[in-house]
Amino acid sequence: MLEVAPMLEVAGLQVAYGAIQAVRDVSLTLAQGELVTLLGANGAGKSSTLMCIAGALPAAGGSVRLEGADVTSARPEVMARKGVATVPETRDVFPDLTVDENLQLGAYTRRRDTQGVAEDRARMFEMFPLLAERSGQPAGTLSGGEQQMLVIARAMMSRPRVLLLDEPSLGLAPTIVDQIFEMIAALKRSGLTILLVEQNASKALAVADRAYVMRLGRIAAEGTAAEIAAATDLKALYLAG
Amino acid sequence: MSFFLQFTIDVLALGGAYALMALGLVIVYGILRLVNFAYGELIMVAGYSMYLTSGSGWPWLVMAAVAVLMAMLAGIATDYVAFRPVRAKSVTAVLITSFAFSTLLQNAALLFISPRPRNVPLPEIFSETVSFAGVITPARNLITIAATGVLLALFSWLMRRTVLGIAMRAAATNFTMARMLGVPANLIISSAFAISGLLAGVVAMLWIGRIGAVVPGIGLGPLLIAFIATVIGGMRSLQGAVLGGFVLAFIDTTLNFTLPQDLLKFRDAFTFSLVIAILLWRPEGLIKGPASGQRT
Ligand SMILES: Nc1ncnc2c1ncn2[C@@H]1O[C@H](COP(=O)(O)OP(=O)(O)O)[C@@H](O)[C@H]1O
Ligand SMILES: [Mg+2]
Repeated sequence: MLEVAPMLEVAGLQVAYGAIQAVRDVSLTLAQGELVTLLGANGAGKSSTLMCIAGALPAAGGSVRLEGADVTSARPEVMARKGVATVPETRDVFPDLTVDENLQLGAYTRRRDTQGVAEDRARMFEMFPLLAERSGQPAGTLSGGEQQMLVIARAMMSRPRVLLLDEPSLGLAPTIVDQIFEMIAALKRSGLTILLVEQNASKALAVADRAYVMRLGRIAAEGTAAEIAAATDLKALYLAG
Repeated sequence: MSFFLQFTIDVLALGGAYALMALGLVIVYGILRLVNFAYGELIMVAGYSMYLTSGSGWPWLVMAAVAVLMAMLAGIATDYVAFRPVRAKSVTAVLITSFAFSTLLQNAALLFISPRPRNVPLPEIFSETVSFAGVITPARNLITIAATGVLLALFSWLMRRTVLGIAMRAAATNFTMARMLGVPANLIISSAFAISGLLAGVVAMLWIGRIGAVVPGIGLGPLLIAFIATVIGGMRSLQGAVLGGFVLAFIDTTLNFTLPQDLLKFRDAFTFSLVIAILLWRPEGLIKGPASGQRT
């Protein structure tokens, strides 16, 4: 029988900042086209896990596999080339680059496909008319919500196979948060594999297929989105942070 | 009227050379957040390349092109020898290795060539003077202004219109994010050093054109000027470096014209006092540059 390797498979992952062990033992799996959410209180180690998968932090132990191939501690540019796009929690637009230049850099890995890039750029501007209006403006002058739209659009410019999203709703107004979750749902429908880190558990569980709950650097619970949403001890796991 | 023209030409010629020196230093600083103390030696390398090829019978422009290429290679070598092996370790380690590489290159010149000045071939036009509109000025000044204009235009085109340039500007504000978009770190750093070498090579032609000779310590003056200009203009901004170069040249030239003869030898003291005043007024330099600033 032909075994299909999962899109992304993290096993026994450990991440350390010097003596601080931020991620102790994290294993998670994302099947092709799945939207998986990683929940947990502040400081649980979600961002460290995500940045380690992205190659921005070295793994102190464990492994990361992309469609079966070992990519543990690969350089971030290599991960990008392999189709993993990352939107960090710090919402890193390049503030002194224009909106357009930010998008252009998003397509760095496929910059030779000028026609495809131009089409995607037009598509992004259609999807985010606000960004189109401000295309020549430095990205640093955008509002928080617009910057979040821009980083997601920028990540999509590479036509990724996996999208790592870290707290896209953080600090945004409720209407913008709804808009962002609608967009995430649309991306999922398009077949993209997504790992969504969130503190807004109810919103994340509403769009996700499955969920993992992290606590103190470990996976404390996992299940389908419905199971996790129904679990009565979820609050306790959370608050114990 | 002709005085103002004379003054403007002097400021533009000196400022152009200063601006190119500063730009070559800040392009690397912007990305690595580290001052490359071996920058002056790139100028020295170009100078000795001119000296070593002077007997070749090549046209001057070919010798100059080879010299600029040598400075670019020396720039890339600086990265491989002094920066890359210790980049991830600590700022102090890189500062020391870049000092060490600078000393190594200087000593190599002392040992294998000579501690004494070596003549460098100059084209005829460098020693000619031009007079127009009541102004008499060395042709060298006009060449410097033209070269600065061309290089700044080229540089600005590279940084704004090419993917590499946009990626370099992005890497200067957030290196990790640029890498997560697929921009290779090593490409960006090598490009920065190569551009730094290119600017140093051109500066060498203009700078040595004033003296006509090269010595092992020739790079110290330009390194200092570049450093001061970037501090005035703002260490984090490419426009700042250019502005800083012209401001410094404006100060120097003004003092040249206004200081009485017996105070002229203290010109640098006056210049530095003014630089300190500028920094008290604007501690981050005239142009602030992008906000974020993590090092890689
Ligand atoms: N740059 C850092 N240096 C040292 N410790 C860090 C750093 N970033 C995060 N940590 C620590 O690692 C742990 C996990 O942080 P993080 O991954 O950001 O959690 P989360 O995203 O779940 O809030 C926390 O205890 C945090 O203090
Ligand atoms: Mg986090």
